[in-house]
Amino acid sequence: MFRNLTLSVIAALGLTAGGAMAAGEAGQVTDYDFSFEGPFGTYDQMQLQRGMQVYTEICSACHGLRYVPFRTLGDPGGPGLPEDQVRAYAEMFEVFDPELDGGFGGFRPATPVDHFPESQFEGAPDLSLMAKARAGFSGPYGTGLAQLFKGMGGPEYIASYLSGYTGEDRMEAGTLLYENTVFPGGWTQMAPVFYGDDVLYEDGTAATIEQQAQDVAAFLMWTAEPKMMARKQTGFAAVIFLGVLTVLLYLTNKRLWAPIKARAKETPAE
Amino acid sequence: MSGIPHDHYEPTSRGEKWLHSRLPLVGLIYDTIMIPTPKNLNWMWIWGIVLTVALVLQIVTGIVLAMHYTPHVDLAFASVEHIMRNVNGGHMLRYLHQNGASLFFVAVYAHIFRNLYYGSYKSPREITWIIGILIYLCMMGTAFMGYVLPWGQMSFWGATVITGLFGAIPFVGDSILVWLQGGPAVDNATLQRFFSLHYLLPFVIAGLTVVHIWAFHTTGNNNPTGVEVRRTSKDEAERDTVPFWPYFVMKDLFALGVIMVVFFAIVGFMPNYLGHPDNYIEANPLVTPAHIVPEWYFLPFYAILRAFDSEVWLVMFVDWITFGIVDAKFFGVLAMFGAIVVMALAPWLDTSSVRSGRYRPMFKWWFALFVVNFFVLMWAGAMPAEGIYPYIALIGSTYWFAYFLVILPLLGVIEKPLPQPATIEDDFKAKYVERDDDDDAVAAPTPAE
Repeated sequence: MFRNLTLSVIAALGLTAGGAMAAGEAGQVTDYDFSFEGPFGTYDQMQLQRGMQVYTEICSACHGLRYVPFRTLGDPGGPGLPEDQVRAYAEMFEVFDPELDGGFGGFRPATPVDHFPESQFEGAPDLSLMAKARAGFSGPYGTGLAQLFKGMGGPEYIASYLSGYTGEDRMEAGTLLYENTVFPGGWTQMAPVFYGDDVLYEDGTAATIEQQAQDVAAFLMWTAEPKMMARKQTGFAAVIFLGVLTVLLYLTNKRLWAPIKARAKETPAE
Repeated sequence: MSGIPHDHYEPTSRGEKWLHSRLPLVGLIYDTIMIPTPKNLNWMWIWGIVLTVALVLQIVTGIVLAMHYTPHVDLAFASVEHIMRNVNGGHMLRYLHQNGASLFFVAVYAHIFRNLYYGSYKSPREITWIIGILIYLCMMGTAFMGYVLPWGQMSFWGATVITGLFGAIPFVGDSILVWLQGGPAVDNATLQRFFSLHYLLPFVIAGLTVVHIWAFHTTGNNNPTGVEVRRTSKDEAERDTVPFWPYFVMKDLFALGVIMVVFFAIVGFMPNYLGHPDNYIEANPLVTPAHIVPEWYFLPFYAILRAFDSEVWLVMFVDWITFGIVDAKFFGVLAMFGAIVVMALAPWLDTSSVRSGRYRPMFKWWFALFVVNFFVLMWAGAMPAEGIYPYIALIGSTYWFAYFLVILPLLGVIEKPLPQPATIEDDFKAKYVERDDDDDAVAAPTPAE
């Protein structure tokens, strides 16, 4: 209630949040609950695999993941594919190898050490870091406090965007634009890709538009931040150790100063 | 000025005497660590140690990051991703370094506000203050150039906007701009020189830090009363002070621990909160981001830069009287740097003979407003330059200058200060006697002797 009220006030005043907004004025982003939110949140391996399936069967037709090596699909804290599956998965993609054909270069099936192919079209941005390159949440009033509690909102933005099409389209300067309630400006060049049951999930999850959108958003969060779980573990260990150390330092300091402060009391100031 | 009387290092063993007569290194360390320190220092006197730790953290993580980073426009962005994905512990190093900059600036702003409130800049500590301002300027340069290195969208456009400021200087601006950028626009030459300077400046800061410490070890620390340590005899000095080791080392370490817990929580759980999403998009000279916003620690000065646009009558007047040499853009640049210059001149602008704000009833309120104003400017700097925000920024900027140029000189004349304690010892006693009944935390369970 309070959130909606705040958001509508911001929308009404036409305020844009400087430090937080990715590009222009974005529409309202749904605050989906992802498993990896908060200090204790972890990636849901099954969701990452479902999202990977959506990426492979739909997104990869146009988009690329140039910074993501195939081998990391088998890393802990990720989709966690077994080695043979990583190998088989990589072989589905063709990559350019400059050393083939006696130095002229040519295409060959990818191996686990290769990266995902780049985007196929100029207009399709690379998705490796998209979940960190967008902020779904901002404000209130440009203070960025909402992000403190809800997170940056990158995956929320992606999921909301993918399920934010209204079905309207129009031609503008020879380009077909599709209406999207989340995209800044309201009209996007990307055609809607989800209509429901666009993929067949192996684990039997119903492939609704929102489900697919959230799954692929989770997968893209992993491609953007593959070491997130390791990072949180390090952070947790650091906070615990430093917390204990700080308590000990507090006690040491208190004990150390006690005689100095006691002596001050023995001879009161006049 | 002679230092506070205290025991100096005396070599005892033959080996120590041998070394001391050739290089008094141990003596230097001893005198530095055992320096008499006012015993009434409060929790605002911890930021020096935090700043030192932040500098070491940035240098250590930065040196390792530089081993894996490639300063080239085609490779820089990918090399940062290489650090984030392939280098062992690289993601932690990078996030520590990235957020370490914010830690550094949180500490330096707290440190500066501490000095402004307790009058630490006043005689005889002007040199310490000026060196501190130089360190702060070096920090700003280092942080700005460091932010360019990942070669994201905000890196590129931030570099374009900020180097562009120098282009506003009349007559020589264009030449300076080309010289700074290494070409007609921000490009590979810019990135490489920024990398080189980003590596150099931290060591300049380290050198200045040594001089900074040397300077205030000569004058002695200021303290919350602003009353100097008695130097007439060693006995009196000892009643005002305790040695830095172990008393303040332990206190500072405890405070550092608290800050490190918060810092590691941010690095571990929300490392991108203080950053900007656009910087995860590779730099593209053909696409301008909707809002070009600097990092949070530059926002107050960015607000001052933008506040003086061509619609402010003062700017129009200056433009007219200088025959257009100082136009609105150059005026903004002058205002931004001028904001730091007037702060640097505080020791000579503040006419009050009373150091500590604790005994200055009127100053207190103006100072509180100054701090609030700093955050308002920070907020205004993040907002787009349209609607009501330029007015807020203009009011805030005006107050910034008025504080140093009008309020500080005037207050010294019209304000009637409260009585100050005669000695630090009196202040320290008063604090612990007053708190005798109600504060168990301070009550010592063990008799001292």
